[in-house]
Amino acid sequence: MQPFEEVVAEHGEVVMRVCRALLRPADADDAWSETFLSALRAYPDLRPDSNIRGWLVTIAHRKALDVIRRTSRVDPVADVPERTPGRADPELPDDDLRAAIAALPTKQRAAVVLHYLGDLQYADVGAALDTSAAAARRSAADGIANLRTTYLSKLPAKEGPR
Amino acid sequence: MKTQLNSQLNNVELASAITMPTPTHLDGLRSRLIAEADDDGLLDIAYRTVDSPFGPLLVAATAQGVVRVAFEREGHDNVLHDLAGSVSPRILRSGRRTDDAARQLDEYFAGRRRRFDIDVDLQLVHGFRREVIAHLADIGYGSTASYAAVARAVGNPAAVRAVGSACAHNPVPLVLPCHRVVRSDGSLGQYLGGAETKAALLAMEAAA
Repeated sequence: MQPFEEVVAEHGEVVMRVCRALLRPADADDAWSETFLSALRAYPDLRPDSNIRGWLVTIAHRKALDVIRRTSRVDPVADVPERTPGRADPELPDDDLRAAIAALPTKQRAAVVLHYLGDLQYADVGAALDTSAAAARRSAADGIANLRTTYLSKLPAKEGPR
Repeated sequence: MKTQLNSQLNNVELASAITMPTPTHLDGLRSRLIAEADDDGLLDIAYRTVDSPFGPLLVAATAQGVVRVAFEREGHDNVLHDLAGSVSPRILRSGRRTDDAARQLDEYFAGRRRRFDIDVDLQLVHGFRREVIAHLADIGYGSTASYAAVARAVGNPAAVRAVGSACAHNPVPLVLPCHRVVRSDGSLGQYLGGAETKAALLAMEAAA
């Protein structure tokens, strides 16, 4: 089994990407920490042949949803910086993408985050969402189609004529 | 152009659209994780590297004490993987627990320390080997003992080769000074850190 230090070094980024896709940076930090602390606790009992990235990404997704539930009943990115001036973040351009992802229907959002940002195979996405690989693939495709009309339409002109 | 535009929203595009934190920020998160892990009793092994005249040393500690000191030639990554299997995979790089060991090693290499005063965890060695390694603390700075003398001291005078084998498996070299155990004919014998390191350590202690 790998020392946990290597696990953090190898997968710290993908976990952060999943957290930041769903949460503002300060909240993403909390979800990242909770993900690795919870993973560290369970790590010695993990089967040695496990897909560690898939395992972590699934935990991160769940922790991020926990944070969303905990912090508000409202859209987590709907009213961004004014309410927490002390935590204003230089990475605010991400808010467009985060808002577009947050606006997706639950299943689509989960499938897009787990597959496109967490880099999970559809079979693993399906397992994480308690559904089939085919259903996960459909949800992700629908989610991407949605994002094309919301987020992508806001991208600057350098992306090409549309 | 439309297909090109559509194909841009693949995993790479979407992933790179999310700004990642700076390395400094991630370091801060790692520190927070280590602190929380320690608070929750989940930091089974903390390790750091310490510079020495003989190259970087790995120093790893459990809550009980220093469990492993390793020279670079042993391969620090290999040593950590071995610890993951034999002690626990809950291993994080952190200076916690090893401040005293690091400082005392510095003092030792500077010729300002003759004896280590730190907790040691000998869980990696058992039985006769453990007896031999525990006995090493009695061989004082600047002196040597033969493998045969150590065998006699632990009450098993015939076990000269086993003493050599125990020294070769000392999990905490330097802290417990297996470099002070030499052959009866006066030649130095093998050492975890290399025969030339053993010679240099003994010369350093003799000169101090």
